[in-house]
Amino acid sequence: MQTSAFDRYQAGDSAIHRLDPRVKVIITVLFVLSNVLIPDGAWLGFVLALTMILIITNWAGLAWDFVLKRSLIVLPFALAAVTVIFAVPGVALASIHIGPWTLTPTDAGLIRFISILVRSLLSVQMAILLTATTPFPDLIHALRHLRLPQPLVATLSFMYRYLAVLSDETTRLLRARRARSAQQPGMHSGGPLLWRARVAGNMVGQLFLRSLERGDRVYKAMLARGYTGHLYTLNPHVMQRHDWLMAALALAVLAAIQILSRL
Amino acid sequence: MVIASAFSPLTPQLHIPDGFLSTAVTLVFWLITIAFVSIAARRLQHDFDERLAPLMGILAAFIFAAQMINFPVAGGTSGHLLGGALATIILGPWAAILVMTAVIGAQAILFQDGGLLVMGANIFNMGILTALIGFGLYRSAAGRSRRTKLLVAGAAAWLSVMAGALSTSLQLWLSGTSTLNIVMPAMLGVHALIGVGEALITAGALAFIMQTRPDLLSDAEVTQRGGRAWIVVGAVITLAVILLAPLASANPDGLERVAEDYGFINAGLDSPYQILPDYTIPLLGETSLSTIIAGAIGAVVVAGLVILLAQFLRKSASSDQQLATD
Repeated sequence: MQTSAFDRYQAGDSAIHRLDPRVKVIITVLFVLSNVLIPDGAWLGFVLALTMILIITNWAGLAWDFVLKRSLIVLPFALAAVTVIFAVPGVALASIHIGPWTLTPTDAGLIRFISILVRSLLSVQMAILLTATTPFPDLIHALRHLRLPQPLVATLSFMYRYLAVLSDETTRLLRARRARSAQQPGMHSGGPLLWRARVAGNMVGQLFLRSLERGDRVYKAMLARGYTGHLYTLNPHVMQRHDWLMAALALAVLAAIQILSRL
Repeated sequence: MVIASAFSPLTPQLHIPDGFLSTAVTLVFWLITIAFVSIAARRLQHDFDERLAPLMGILAAFIFAAQMINFPVAGGTSGHLLGGALATIILGPWAAILVMTAVIGAQAILFQDGGLLVMGANIFNMGILTALIGFGLYRSAAGRSRRTKLLVAGAAAWLSVMAGALSTSLQLWLSGTSTLNIVMPAMLGVHALIGVGEALITAGALAFIMQTRPDLLSDAEVTQRGGRAWIVVGAVITLAVILLAPLASANPDGLERVAEDYGFINAGLDSPYQILPDYTIPLLGETSLSTIIAGAIGAVVVAGLVILLAQFLRKSASSDQQLATD
């Protein structure tokens, strides 16, 4: 079983870990919103937001570069924004000749590109902090309290429970395929592309039927144990005084970031 | 543990991170997504009652796991599944929307694959559009031969990826993050290839299910999941994709013309046309910014119409069910 592979939770007992998951979810979303609202090139705002990330990281007892390294996953998508460097009107910085074409990066374009990238990195860093300091079941519980549609929240919580089981099932399917695909060094194994695609298709079909049947068995077992459609939790998650204080503090910081980045 | 890697070149690159969409675009797509997801939740709750969460939960986990199954293509790259079309064909559109919402939500929360604030747009692109187009097209093949069904399913899977790529590019452009003339051909070009993998795996999986558990995909089952009006929904979105894609990336791009009109851009931006010289349609030689904006607004209007159609479907679904059981 690879139960831990799906949980990015870093066990700990810091003030951040103990904070009510609702507060953490709301602050994370507001932080991401605040990043989107910081104007292009308002570097002070971005630096303050990064400072907030680093302080929370430290508070949570994580290594200082914990979120920085993991946030690099957004970089491939930055490719989608590269064109703004040349498209936003501004003072031309250079003129790059590639074959018959000329690319002209502008100062405003560059500022916009870097701002988009920084916003995205900061946002993903806060999201990483959220999952690193909150167990997923607690997160789901918070979503339930925050009035997300009940069927969706329940689906999410069941999905989380099945993820490890089904990914194990998938790993076995993939291992079986590898085992029956003898391969000489430097040569392709298996048949032509269409054949390989069909094998993958069969595996997906197989996985679906196994999932469906397993789901049915689990459902019957749950009924036998008295399931009526409601999920109960032993953790009441009542907002404490320090939860309110932290929420207020975070809100004040976010407001300050917004004001300072507009000065 | 290998999760459908975000770096594999043939994996759908549709998970928009936070920061890439403007507040307005984010908000509009949240509204559309919330409308669809709440309709889906209400209908499914009614149909499945207490069975809903265990069933949808394992199906969401299934889609998540199915995205890990790849097949080697060439040069170390491999084909992956997005799963929206497969989900909608085997589960029906509403269940697929709920399942894909859970998948995309979990990917964003657990793995930061896709942003939190832009999740509405991501769910729309990868969960809602794919479910509507996929089911609509597959529904039109009800009663046809097995071969036709598989072909239609493959085409639906390919189109679902293209629809997602198209709407992702439009969102990036409307947010001022990308220029349309570059992001559109690039996105559509890459996803035209990725879509082939999606089509092959989807058709392969369906062929397997039809052989092993034909009851799950019988005509009676499929017509019960949605009425004939879905065919209209599928056709309208297909048409929108087929017309919008070339129109929006046509040469010379309207966006660029405006840029030239204001005199702040030189030859720099026409390079992509020379890289992709065929990405034009001769009939539409003259495009302007207004046609593109009209197209983008059109896409949103189509989505709005679909919501209205959903009301109509509620009625026609029950009458179709009657037909299926007769």
